[in-house]
Amino acid sequence: MNELFFLQPDILSALTRGLWVSVQLIIPSSLFGVIIGVTVGALRVYGNTVVRAAGDAFVLVFRGFPLVVQLFIWYFGLPHIGIYLTPFAASVLGFSLCSGAYQSEYVRGAFLSVKTGQMMAARALGFSGIKTVLFVTLPQAFRRALPGCGNEIIYLIKYSSLAYMITCIELTGEGKIIASDSFRFTETFMVIGAVYLVLTSVAAWILRRLEGRLYIPGFEQYS
Amino acid sequence: MADTVPILRIEHMTKRYGDKEVLSDASLSINKGELKVLIGPSGGGKSTLLQCINFLIKPDRGRIWLDGTEIIRAKGKALYEYRQKVGMIFQDFNLFDHLTALHNVQIGLVRVRGMHGKAAKERAIQELDRVGLRNHMHQYPAELSGGQKQRVSIARALAMDPEIMLLDEPTSALDPELISEVLDAIRALRSSGMTMIMSTHQIGFAGEVADELIFLEKGSIVETGPPAKILYDAEYPRTREFCSKITELYANSSS
Repeated sequence: MNELFFLQPDILSALTRGLWVSVQLIIPSSLFGVIIGVTVGALRVYGNTVVRAAGDAFVLVFRGFPLVVQLFIWYFGLPHIGIYLTPFAASVLGFSLCSGAYQSEYVRGAFLSVKTGQMMAARALGFSGIKTVLFVTLPQAFRRALPGCGNEIIYLIKYSSLAYMITCIELTGEGKIIASDSFRFTETFMVIGAVYLVLTSVAAWILRRLEGRLYIPGFEQYS
Repeated sequence: MADTVPILRIEHMTKRYGDKEVLSDASLSINKGELKVLIGPSGGGKSTLLQCINFLIKPDRGRIWLDGTEIIRAKGKALYEYRQKVGMIFQDFNLFDHLTALHNVQIGLVRVRGMHGKAAKERAIQELDRVGLRNHMHQYPAELSGGQKQRVSIARALAMDPEIMLLDEPTSALDPELISEVLDAIRALRSSGMTMIMSTHQIGFAGEVADELIFLEKGSIVETGPPAKILYDAEYPRTREFCSKITELYANSSS
């Protein structure tokens, strides 16, 4: 047993490379996920019947299909209709849509929890429907959805490991290569697992800071 | 008085939900600086009438004139502009929970009237000062008492320079001790010449400040007249019955 195995230059650089790819997958996917979640969530609450039904269908599909299957469709399926995505692009697309579907559920619930009287007050002041949502209900819904949305981002960090299934070699992918070459499966995946643990811990810390920054008296009872 | 154009006039306002008519053929007009008070049992149509006036509830039938101009296509921009001229105060205050008192007053100025932040802030502070809450401007709704919240909501409505204010039971959700501070604010508004239509169960206050009382029951205006007449010498037995009961209640609760 050589405890310094993971400090060998080639192993270390493979892990760093994998970590970097993972981070590049996670950050845009979580941002797009939140944007999709807020948009779809708002449309499912305030849209007309058709828009609501479309939103519900979106969530049904992207929450219902296994994520790996979704990734396979984006990467292996789309070329059949002439669209070629890189493994990285297909992964970000798959993660964003799936994450957005989950986020929209948290956001929808949060929008519904804003008291309707406030929307009446906004309209009585001359706010249009869109302005009411943007300036009155969204800022409140976002705060109330944040703990749930944060949880979803933690999930996303971990399911980003599925990207290697469509040859986007991120942290788990690099780990698999190292493990196969060295036959040190246990140690390798323990190290990989620990790196994900660090990532999720950092994310949880950032999210708690954000919740603190956005804290407003009167909102504590809802979170 | 007879040849002045009423600031607000409504005619034949009707609203039904299913086959229940919650507002039947209500008509009224109000001149500048007047205060008219809607009284009547809960569920009698007071809130519906007030909310139909600024189209928070869309009336099935009826016409509205503001300043002699009929509000015809109550949609989009025209509707938003009309609503700015008709301030509304709600029973439950309906402050925006995520904003401080100052920003509650400021947001309409910035987002609806397109004022710049600094000018809007000055105006908002001025309005909060007027209701005696300058020192509370950085507090959030959750940190204010009911009476303070209602005064913020009055400041929020006033900041939009309304031509008329609709007050829907402004003191009904308040602790008895906090009612007077809100009534004082309304009294001050009255003496500054604001035109107001208010629904309330504070019959004593209504008798003191109103130019006219309007008794509404089962969606219909039963009787209209000066306070002395409605309270003590009403034509219809139902009006008399209601007024004597509520006067007794008011007398008990204020002792």
